[in-house]
Amino acid sequence: MKTNDVIFQTVAKVVFFMIIFFAVHLFFAGHYYPGGGFVGGLLTSGALVLLLLAFDMKTVQRGFPVDFKWLIGIGLLFSIGTAAGSLLFNVPFFTHAYNYFQLPLFGKTSLHTAMLFDLGVYLVVIGVTMTIIQTIGESE
Amino acid sequence: MIEIVLQISLLLLAASMLGLVYRLVKGPTVPDRVVALDAMGVNLVSITAVLSMLLHTSNYLDVILLIGILAFIGTVAFAKFLEKGEVIEYERDR
Repeated sequence: MKTNDVIFQTVAKVVFFMIIFFAVHLFFAGHYYPGGGFVGGLLTSGALVLLLLAFDMKTVQRGFPVDFKWLIGIGLLFSIGTAAGSLLFNVPFFTHAYNYFQLPLFGKTSLHTAMLFDLGVYLVVIGVTMTIIQTIGESE
Repeated sequence: MIEIVLQISLLLLAASMLGLVYRLVKGPTVPDRVVALDAMGVNLVSITAVLSMLLHTSNYLDVILLIGILAFIGTVAFAKFLEKGEVIEYERDR
């Protein structure tokens, strides 16, 4: 039986960007407000799951030609790199550093190396979730 | 004054949640239960909003949006499973 779900596909295309923007907001707000890498990554993979529901696996893989297993490795590399980078400055493992910078668009902003660690968590969560879902969905 | 109003509204929301639980348990068909779960998600959103007003905090506002998104994705997944028998298909129109 062929089904025609135009409404769902159109809604999914719009809502996908809303969820992605909300996930990015949660990711960047994580230092001062509730949120962070874990929730942001989970919500990003939720947006990708919405696309998987609206379309099919092949279309989504063509739209995002990313092997999600690589994201796990890249994320772990980011986290361990941030943790090991502190060894270069003769401070204990996992010591973070921060400073205030004058950015052109944002004004005075505090940049923290914990954000890089959080980026690793974000990528690992996306990779793990999408790998699990794609592996389960592919089996026929 | 506003606290009493908020507490009364929490009580009413809890009562409507109980009605939805009744439909969830009793519902003769599966779509009845899915719609009850979706409405429970909406109720949960309003309970979180009222609670964040009662606690004088704005930190729960992210949770509201999160519950809305998750309820939407969950309901859509259930609906697709009921219609096609599989949630994520490999290739459409085959």
